[in-house]
Amino acid sequence: MEIPYTVAARPDTGLYNAKVGIWLFLASEVMLFGGLFSAYILLRVGAEPGMWPHGWQNLTLGTINTIVLAISAITTLMAWVACKVGQFGKFKFFHACTLLCALTFLSIKLVEYHEHLNHYEIHLTDGRIADGDMKENDSAQDYVVISGRYVTDETQLYDLRAQKDIPETEIQIPRSQIADMQSYGPWHNDYLALYFTLTGLHALHILGGSIVIGYLWGPGRKMWYKDPERFTNRIEVSGLFWHFVDLVWIFLFPVLYLT
Amino acid sequence: MNEMKTAGQPNAPMTGHSELHEHPVDFNSYLRRCAFILGVVLCAVGFMIWASFLPLGWPEKVAIILAIASVNAFFVAGFLMHLLSEKKMVYTILGFTVSFVIGLFALTIYAMNDFPTHTITR
Repeated sequence: MEIPYTVAARPDTGLYNAKVGIWLFLASEVMLFGGLFSAYILLRVGAEPGMWPHGWQNLTLGTINTIVLAISAITTLMAWVACKVGQFGKFKFFHACTLLCALTFLSIKLVEYHEHLNHYEIHLTDGRIADGDMKENDSAQDYVVISGRYVTDETQLYDLRAQKDIPETEIQIPRSQIADMQSYGPWHNDYLALYFTLTGLHALHILGGSIVIGYLWGPGRKMWYKDPERFTNRIEVSGLFWHFVDLVWIFLFPVLYLT
Repeated sequence: MNEMKTAGQPNAPMTGHSELHEHPVDFNSYLRRCAFILGVVLCAVGFMIWASFLPLGWPEKVAIILAIASVNAFFVAGFLMHLLSEKKMVYTILGFTVSFVIGLFALTIYAMNDFPTHTITR
Protein backbone atom coordinates (compact mmCIF):
# COMPACT_ATOMS: atom_id res chain seq x y z
CA MET A 1 0.00 0.00 0.00
CA GLU A 2 1.35 3.41 -0.90
CA ILE A 3 1.25 6.20 1.66
CA PRO A 4 -0.45 9.21 0.09
CA TYR A 5 0.98 12.72 0.06
CA THR A 6 4.63 11.77 0.54
CA VAL A 7 5.34 13.78 -2.60
CA ALA A 8 2.15 15.44 -3.70
CA ALA A 9 0.65 18.19 -1.61
CA ARG A 10 -2.57 17.51 0.27
CA PRO A 11 -5.37 19.57 -1.26
CA ASP A 12 -6.53 20.89 2.11
CA THR A 13 -3.16 21.93 3.58
CA GLY A 14 -1.24 22.56 0.39
CA LEU A 15 1.71 20.71 1.91
CA TYR A 16 3.10 17.19 1.73
CA ASN A 17 3.03 15.12 4.93
CA ALA A 18 6.65 15.52 5.95
CA LYS A 19 6.49 19.29 5.71
CA VAL A 20 3.49 19.50 8.03
CA GLY A 21 5.32 17.10 10.33
CA ILE A 22 8.55 19.09 10.44
CA TRP A 23 6.73 22.35 11.15
CA LEU A 24 4.81 20.73 14.01
CA PHE A 25 8.10 19.37 15.32
CA LEU A 26 9.76 22.77 15.02
CA ALA A 27 6.82 24.32 16.90
CA SER A 28 7.50 21.93 19.79
CA GLU A 29 11.18 22.81 19.59
CA VAL A 30 10.35 26.50 19.89
CA MET A 31 8.53 25.69 23.13
CA LEU A 32 11.47 23.64 24.40
CA PHE A 33 14.04 26.36 23.79
CA GLY A 34 11.51 29.02 24.80
CA GLY A 35 11.24 27.40 28.23
CA LEU A 36 15.01 27.41 28.64
CA PHE A 37 15.27 31.02 27.47
CA SER A 38 12.61 32.02 29.99
CA ALA A 39 14.63 30.23 32.68
CA TYR A 40 17.61 32.32 31.58
CA ILE A 41 15.60 35.55 31.84
CA LEU A 42 14.29 34.62 35.28
CA LEU A 43 17.76 33.83 36.65
CA ARG A 44 19.44 36.75 34.89
CA VAL A 45 16.99 39.35 36.13
CA GLY A 46 16.93 37.80 39.59
CA ALA A 47 20.72 37.86 39.96
CA GLU A 48 22.27 40.21 42.51
CA PRO A 49 23.82 43.32 40.90
CA GLY A 50 27.37 42.61 39.78
CA MET A 51 26.98 38.87 40.29
CA TRP A 52 26.25 37.87 36.70
CA PRO A 53 29.25 36.90 34.56
CA HIS A 54 30.35 39.02 31.61
CA GLY A 55 33.12 38.10 29.24
CA TRP A 56 33.42 34.51 30.42
CA GLN A 57 33.12 33.12 26.91
CA ASN A 58 35.73 32.99 24.20
CA LEU A 59 34.25 35.60 21.85
CA THR A 60 36.57 34.67 18.97
CA LEU A 61 35.50 31.02 19.02
CA GLY A 62 31.84 31.98 19.43
CA THR A 63 32.05 34.33 16.44
CA ILE A 64 33.76 31.71 14.30
CA ASN A 65 31.03 29.22 15.22
CA THR A 66 28.35 31.77 14.30
CA ILE A 67 29.94 32.29 10.89
CA VAL A 68 30.36 28.54 10.36
CA LEU A 69 26.69 27.94 11.14
CA ALA A 70 25.60 30.80 8.86
CA ILE A 71 27.62 29.30 6.00
CA SER A 72 26.12 25.86 6.68
CA ALA A 73 22.61 27.36 6.46
CA ILE A 74 23.46 28.66 3.00
CA THR A 75 24.99 25.38 1.81
CA THR A 76 21.94 23.47 3.08
CA LEU A 77 19.64 25.66 1.04
CA MET A 78 21.86 25.39 -2.02
CA ALA A 79 21.86 21.59 -1.68
CA TRP A 80 18.07 21.66 -1.89
CA VAL A 81 18.15 24.06 -4.85
CA ALA A 82 20.63 21.74 -6.60
CA CYS A 83 18.15 18.87 -6.15
CA LYS A 84 15.32 21.00 -7.47
CA VAL A 85 17.20 21.78 -10.67
CA GLY A 86 18.39 18.18 -11.00
CA GLN A 87 22.10 18.81 -10.45
CA PHE A 88 22.96 15.94 -8.15
CA GLY A 89 26.70 16.60 -8.28
CA LYS A 90 26.21 20.06 -6.83
CA PHE A 91 23.88 18.63 -4.20
CA LYS A 92 26.64 16.27 -3.04
CA PHE A 93 29.12 19.14 -2.89
CA PHE A 94 26.89 21.49 -0.91
CA HIS A 95 25.71 18.79 1.47
CA ALA A 96 29.31 17.78 2.12
CA CYS A 97 30.06 21.43 2.94
CA THR A 98 27.17 21.47 5.42
CA LEU A 99 28.47 18.32 7.06
CA LEU A 100 31.95 19.81 7.28
CA CYS A 101 30.56 22.98 8.87
CA ALA A 102 28.60 20.92 11.39
CA LEU A 103 31.70 18.97 12.41
CA THR A 104 33.69 22.20 12.66
CA PHE A 105 31.02 23.71 14.90
CA LEU A 106 31.00 20.69 17.20
CA SER A 107 34.80 20.58 17.37
CA ILE A 108 34.97 24.26 18.36
CA LYS A 109 32.24 23.69 20.93
CA LEU A 110 34.28 20.85 22.44
CA VAL A 111 37.31 23.15 22.67
CA GLU A 112 35.16 25.72 24.50
CA TYR A 113 33.83 23.10 26.92
CA HIS A 114 37.37 21.93 27.60
CA GLU A 115 38.44 25.51 28.35
CA HIS A 116 35.66 25.85 30.92
CA LEU A 117 36.19 22.49 32.54
CA ASN A 118 39.92 23.14 32.84
CA HIS A 119 39.40 26.55 34.46
CA TYR A 120 39.32 26.51 38.27
CA GLU A 121 38.27 28.79 41.08
CA ILE A 122 40.23 27.87 44.20
CA HIS A 123 39.25 29.27 47.58
CA LEU A 124 42.22 29.36 49.94
CA THR A 125 42.21 29.04 53.70
CA ASP A 126 43.50 32.62 54.07
CA GLY A 127 40.40 34.01 52.29
CA ARG A 128 42.00 34.71 48.94
CA ILE A 129 40.74 33.19 45.71
CA ALA A 130 43.01 31.83 42.98
CA ASP A 131 41.45 31.67 39.53
CA GLY A 132 42.91 30.27 36.31
CA ASP A 133 43.59 27.36 34.00
CA MET A 134 44.74 24.17 35.65
CA LYS A 135 48.26 23.17 34.67
CA GLU A 136 49.10 20.45 37.16
CA ASN A 137 46.65 18.53 39.31
CA ASP A 138 48.31 15.25 40.15
CA SER A 139 46.82 13.71 43.29
CA ALA A 140 50.22 12.19 44.09
CA GLN A 141 51.67 15.69 44.54
CA ASP A 142 50.81 17.91 47.50
CA TYR A 143 50.25 20.99 45.35
CA VAL A 144 48.39 22.15 42.24
CA VAL A 145 49.61 24.59 39.61
CA ILE A 146 47.35 27.03 37.77
CA SER A 147 47.99 29.78 35.28
CA GLY A 148 45.94 32.67 36.61
CA ARG A 149 45.74 35.29 39.35
CA TYR A 150 44.71 35.94 42.93
CA VAL A 151 41.65 38.01 43.86
CA THR A 152 40.41 38.99 47.28
CA ASP A 153 36.73 39.23 46.42
CA GLU A 154 34.62 36.89 44.29
CA THR A 155 32.90 39.82 42.55
CA GLN A 156 36.22 40.61 40.85
CA LEU A 157 35.79 37.41 38.84
CA TYR A 158 32.43 38.28 37.32
CA ASP A 159 32.90 41.18 34.93
CA LEU A 160 35.98 40.23 32.91
CA ARG A 161 35.05 42.64 30.11
CA ALA A 162 35.58 45.61 32.37
CA GLN A 163 39.07 44.39 33.27
CA LYS A 164 41.64 44.94 30.56
CA ASP A 165 44.80 42.87 30.32
CA ILE A 166 44.34 40.63 33.32
CA PRO A 167 47.85 39.54 34.39
CA GLU A 168 48.28 35.79 34.53
CA THR A 169 51.15 34.04 36.23
CA GLU A 170 51.91 30.46 37.10
CA ILE A 171 50.79 29.88 40.69
CA GLN A 172 51.72 26.87 42.79
CA ILE A 173 49.25 26.23 45.60
CA PRO A 174 49.86 23.69 48.38
CA ARG A 175 46.86 21.42 48.84
CA SER A 176 46.90 22.18 52.57
CA GLN A 177 45.93 25.80 51.75
CA ILE A 178 42.96 24.84 49.58
CA ALA A 179 39.59 25.23 51.27
CA ASP A 180 37.51 24.61 48.16
CA MET A 181 38.31 23.97 44.52
CA GLN A 182 35.81 23.91 41.66
CA SER A 183 36.07 23.92 37.88
CA TYR A 184 33.87 26.12 35.68
CA GLY A 185 31.46 23.29 34.88
CA PRO A 186 27.66 23.49 34.94
CA TRP A 187 27.76 23.01 38.73
CA HIS A 188 29.73 26.23 39.26
CA ASN A 189 26.89 28.79 39.10
CA ASP A 190 23.53 29.58 37.46
CA TYR A 191 25.12 31.16 34.40
CA LEU A 192 27.29 28.16 33.61
CA ALA A 193 24.40 25.77 34.32
CA LEU A 194 22.36 27.65 31.72
CA TYR A 195 25.31 27.91 29.34
CA PHE A 196 25.97 24.16 29.38
CA THR A 197 22.27 23.26 29.21
CA LEU A 198 21.46 25.61 26.33
CA THR A 199 24.58 25.00 24.27
CA GLY A 200 24.60 21.28 25.11
CA LEU A 201 21.03 20.87 23.89
CA HIS A 202 21.85 22.94 20.82
CA ALA A 203 24.95 20.84 20.15
CA LEU A 204 22.83 17.68 20.41
CA HIS A 205 20.56 19.15 17.74
CA ILE A 206 23.61 19.83 15.57
CA LEU A 207 24.73 16.24 16.10
CA GLY A 208 21.27 14.87 15.26
CA GLY A 209 21.05 17.06 12.17
CA SER A 210 24.52 15.97 11.10
CA ILE A 211 23.51 12.31 11.33
CA VAL A 212 20.45 12.94 9.14
CA ILE A 213 22.44 15.05 6.66
CA GLY A 214 25.21 12.45 6.64
CA TYR A 215 22.67 9.70 5.95
CA LEU A 216 21.07 11.64 3.09
CA TRP A 217 24.50 12.42 1.68
CA GLY A 218 25.64 8.79 2.05
CA PRO A 219 23.41 5.70 1.96
CA GLY A 220 20.17 7.67 1.75
CA ARG A 221 21.02 9.23 -1.60
CA LYS A 222 20.01 6.02 -3.40
CA MET A 223 16.47 7.35 -3.27
CA TRP A 224 17.45 10.09 -5.72
CA TYR A 225 17.69 7.51 -8.50
CA LYS A 226 14.31 5.91 -7.67
CA ASP A 227 12.19 8.80 -6.47
CA PRO A 228 14.00 12.14 -6.91
CA GLU A 229 11.03 14.24 -5.92
CA ARG A 230 10.61 12.49 -2.58
CA PHE A 231 14.35 12.73 -2.01
CA THR A 232 14.21 16.47 -2.70
CA ASN A 233 11.43 16.79 -0.15
CA ARG A 234 13.60 15.00 2.41
CA ILE A 235 16.38 17.47 1.75
CA GLU A 236 13.93 20.34 2.21
CA VAL A 237 12.66 18.94 5.51
CA SER A 238 16.15 18.30 6.89
CA GLY A 239 17.09 21.78 5.69
CA LEU A 240 14.21 23.35 7.62
CA PHE A 241 15.44 21.62 10.75
CA TRP A 242 18.96 22.87 10.09
CA HIS A 243 17.77 26.45 9.62
CA PHE A 244 15.90 26.22 12.90
CA VAL A 245 19.11 25.12 14.63
CA ASP A 246 20.80 28.16 13.06
CA LEU A 247 17.96 30.39 14.30
CA VAL A 248 18.42 29.15 17.87
CA TRP A 249 22.13 29.94 17.69
CA ILE A 250 21.36 33.44 16.38
CA PHE A 251 19.82 34.14 19.80
CA LEU A 252 22.14 31.95 21.89
CA PHE A 253 25.24 33.75 20.69
CA PRO A 254 24.28 37.26 21.84
CA VAL A 255 22.62 36.04 25.03
CA LEU A 256 25.55 33.95 26.22
CA TYR A 257 28.55 35.64 24.61
CA LEU A 258 27.67 39.31 24.32
CA THR A 259 25.33 40.40 27.11
CA MET B 1 12.45 34.23 -12.05
CA ASN B 2 13.29 31.52 -14.55
CA GLU B 3 11.29 28.38 -14.98
CA MET B 4 12.43 25.29 -13.15
CA LYS B 5 15.19 23.60 -15.08
CA THR B 6 13.96 20.03 -14.99
CA ALA B 7 13.05 19.33 -18.56
CA GLY B 8 15.33 16.88 -20.27
CA GLN B 9 17.56 16.32 -17.26
CA PRO B 10 17.89 12.75 -16.03
CA ASN B 11 16.73 12.11 -12.47
CA ALA B 12 15.37 15.61 -12.09
CA PRO B 13 12.32 15.87 -9.82
CA MET B 14 9.01 15.56 -11.63
CA THR B 15 6.80 18.54 -11.20
CA GLY B 16 3.44 17.40 -12.45
CA HIS B 17 1.70 16.50 -9.23
CA SER B 18 3.57 18.03 -6.35
CA GLU B 19 3.97 21.48 -4.89
CA LEU B 20 7.41 21.78 -6.42
CA HIS B 21 6.08 23.48 -9.50
CA GLU B 22 4.76 26.25 -7.31
CA HIS B 23 8.30 27.36 -6.49
CA PRO B 24 10.19 27.82 -9.75
CA VAL B 25 13.88 27.66 -9.00
CA ASP B 26 16.88 29.11 -10.73
CA PHE B 27 20.24 28.01 -9.35
CA ASN B 28 22.22 31.17 -10.06
CA SER B 29 19.57 33.57 -8.76
CA TYR B 30 19.37 31.49 -5.57
CA LEU B 31 23.14 31.58 -5.26
CA ARG B 32 23.10 35.38 -5.52
CA ARG B 33 20.29 35.63 -2.98
CA CYS B 34 22.13 33.33 -0.59
CA ALA B 35 25.33 35.37 -0.93
CA PHE B 36 23.33 38.52 -0.11
CA ILE B 37 21.74 36.91 2.96
CA LEU B 38 25.09 35.59 4.15
CA GLY B 39 26.45 39.12 3.84
CA VAL B 40 23.52 40.52 5.85
CA VAL B 41 23.92 37.86 8.54
CA LEU B 42 27.67 38.47 8.86
CA CYS B 43 27.12 42.25 9.05
CA ALA B 44 24.48 41.70 11.73
CA VAL B 45 26.90 39.57 13.74
CA GLY B 46 29.53 42.31 13.41
CA PHE B 47 27.03 44.95 14.58
CA MET B 48 26.02 42.82 17.56
CA ILE B 49 29.62 42.46 18.67
CA TRP B 50 30.21 46.19 18.18
CA ALA B 51 27.05 47.02 20.15
CA SER B 52 28.15 44.79 23.01
CA PHE B 53 31.16 47.08 23.57
CA LEU B 54 29.13 50.31 23.61
CA PRO B 55 29.29 52.22 26.89
CA LEU B 56 25.60 51.73 27.65
CA GLY B 57 23.62 50.23 30.51
CA TRP B 58 22.76 46.56 30.45
CA PRO B 59 19.05 46.95 29.47
CA GLU B 60 19.84 49.30 26.55
CA LYS B 61 22.64 47.09 25.33
CA VAL B 62 20.50 43.95 25.49
CA ALA B 63 17.66 45.71 23.64
CA ILE B 64 19.98 46.80 20.80
CA ILE B 65 21.68 43.42 20.50
CA LEU B 66 18.42 41.46 20.54
CA ALA B 67 16.91 43.85 17.96
CA ILE B 68 19.84 43.12 15.63
CA ALA B 69 19.50 39.39 16.35
CA SER B 70 15.80 39.62 15.45
CA VAL B 71 16.63 41.21 12.09
CA ASN B 72 19.13 38.42 11.55
CA ALA B 73 16.48 35.83 12.44
CA PHE B 74 13.98 37.47 10.08
CA PHE B 75 16.35 37.01 7.15
CA VAL B 76 17.09 33.40 8.00
CA ALA B 77 13.45 32.46 8.65
CA GLY B 78 11.98 34.63 5.90
CA PHE B 79 14.29 33.80 3.05
CA LEU B 80 16.19 30.63 3.88
CA MET B 81 13.17 28.87 5.39
CA HIS B 82 10.84 30.49 2.82
CA LEU B 83 8.57 31.65 5.61
CA LEU B 84 7.63 34.74 3.63
CA SER B 85 5.91 32.60 1.01
CA GLU B 86 4.58 29.64 2.95
CA LYS B 87 1.17 28.02 3.07
CA LYS B 88 -1.56 29.07 5.47
CA MET B 89 -1.19 25.82 7.44
CA VAL B 90 2.39 26.70 8.39
CA TYR B 91 1.33 30.16 9.55
CA THR B 92 -1.47 28.58 11.61
CA ILE B 93 0.99 26.22 13.33
CA LEU B 94 3.40 29.08 13.99
CA GLY B 95 0.56 31.31 15.19
CA PHE B 96 -0.28 28.81 17.92
CA THR B 97 3.40 28.46 18.78
CA VAL B 98 3.96 32.19 19.06
CA SER B 99 0.89 32.62 21.28
CA PHE B 100 2.11 29.82 23.57
CA VAL B 101 5.59 31.34 23.74
CA ILE B 102 4.13 34.76 24.55
CA GLY B 103 2.11 33.10 27.32
CA LEU B 104 5.24 31.38 28.59
CA PHE B 105 7.22 34.61 28.73
CA ALA B 106 4.27 36.44 30.27
CA LEU B 107 4.19 33.83 33.03
CA THR B 108 7.93 34.32 33.51
CA ILE B 109 7.52 38.07 33.88
CA TYR B 110 4.55 37.53 36.19
CA ALA B 111 6.60 35.12 38.30
CA MET B 112 9.27 37.79 38.82
CA ASN B 113 6.78 39.88 40.80
CA ASP B 114 4.90 36.98 42.32
CA PHE B 115 6.08 37.21 45.91
CA PRO B 116 4.06 35.29 48.47
CA THR B 117 1.92 37.49 50.67
CA HIS B 118 0.08 36.89 53.93
CA THR B 119 2.39 34.03 54.76
CA ILE B 120 3.41 35.41 58.15
CA THR B 121 0.84 35.28 60.92
CA ARG B 122 1.32 37.13 64.18
